[in-house]
Amino acid sequence: MRTALAILRKDLLLELRTLETIPSMAMLAVITCVIFHFGLNRNALSGQLAAGVLTVTLLFASMLGINRLFVAEREQGGFDAFLLAPVDRTAMLTAKATALFVYLLVLELIAVPAFALFLAPPHLGSSLPGVILILVLSDIAFAVIGTFVSAIAVQTRARDLIGPMIGLPLLLPALIATARGLGPLLTVQASGSPPAKWLAVLGLYDLVNALLAYAVFDFLLED
Amino acid sequence: MTTHVRHLRSLSIATVVLLTASLILVFFYAPLDAEQGFVQKIFYIHVPLAIVSLGGFILGGLFGVGYLRTGKRIWDMRSYCAIHMALIFSIGGLLAGSIWAKASWGHWWVWSEPTLVSYLIVILLFCTYQPLRFSIEDPERQARYAAVFSVVCGAFVPINFIVVRLSAEYLHPRVLNLEGGNMPGPMKLTFYTSLVAIALLFATLMRYEMAAKETRIQTRRLRRALMGDDAIRPLGRSAAPQ
Repeated sequence: MRTALAILRKDLLLELRTLETIPSMAMLAVITCVIFHFGLNRNALSGQLAAGVLTVTLLFASMLGINRLFVAEREQGGFDAFLLAPVDRTAMLTAKATALFVYLLVLELIAVPAFALFLAPPHLGSSLPGVILILVLSDIAFAVIGTFVSAIAVQTRARDLIGPMIGLPLLLPALIATARGLGPLLTVQASGSPPAKWLAVLGLYDLVNALLAYAVFDFLLED
Repeated sequence: MTTHVRHLRSLSIATVVLLTASLILVFFYAPLDAEQGFVQKIFYIHVPLAIVSLGGFILGGLFGVGYLRTGKRIWDMRSYCAIHMALIFSIGGLLAGSIWAKASWGHWWVWSEPTLVSYLIVILLFCTYQPLRFSIEDPERQARYAAVFSVVCGAFVPINFIVVRLSAEYLHPRVLNLEGGNMPGPMKLTFYTSLVAIALLFATLMRYEMAAKETRIQTRRLRRALMGDDAIRPLGRSAAPQ
């Protein structure tokens, strides 16, 4: 646990000093909102359409973070140093997934208000807690799968290509659950409570993937 | 002969016999569907292809577990060949299924059908298996990463089916439900015969592929031993284990 905290602290400090990943993720999210405005030729979206646009925007923005996640370790020898240290290797998974989770939360702090400003219908106040709940659950899925995919992709020659190619299909169930869960919340007369079915699906998907990633992650660091 | 080549001849004969038998059953024994007529018969091909290919993906994942546990190269070969064959079968199943869908539902592709959509997602995911292998040069690392990929994606197959099925209404006739489907007897017999025949076809082709690859590796080794390192060209990069 201490190892994981140390790596996490290192990653967050690095991000804070270089501001490499999060700003570009946020920029991509905002520009995607603008692109959807012109692509769909709508001033405001609601219901399933709004949910879909928001989810896809976040998904693509998170791809940037997923691609960058292990690049510093690979290029500056972080992997070798970590493997030399007598510590549990799962700490790397925990730390990196938490770091990605934090990135995604920060991304959403920027992207969701931007989306609300540019594309969403007004009066979303009552369904805000439900939206936050679903987004947090989907962030866990993105963080866990993203870390796993990133750890695979960073060792390949075409890592910027392999990452999204594996990541997008693996994230599709999470995307379905997020978009379908958000849909009823973003309608104009939303009841305010998120659909329990999709919350359960997201929660289970998080759990299963976390266990799977925990089981196989050691093999990705072996050398 | 290596172990996995031993039963190749008997397996091939059994496959040919059963495949012929299933085709005979399909064309001469199974009754014509009352609504769809002759076109319905492609159902006996595309559903077994789909089921066997999904089984092949999961099998690839199990072989991947074998590789991660033992570190023996033969498990990597098994995993690779299972996924490779399953990919070919799945694309065949997708094409044949499209023809069936056009005849049965009037559309080549139906988004409201969860079985179809989740099948497509699984295929898209496993299409990245070969590019992933191809982009890792070190053979040992290639095998290890491919095994990890196959394990996670093998587990993804059933999960994905559950999630996608939740997201839509049922439309496909449920062939393999708990009550054994709603097919009449002759159709059921034909269907299960085709299923076994296609599964045997999968096993045979997979073993042929493994035998070919193993033989190639062995030939290279012998040539090197006999003629020295200079006599054989260096290997190019490859997605297949070598």
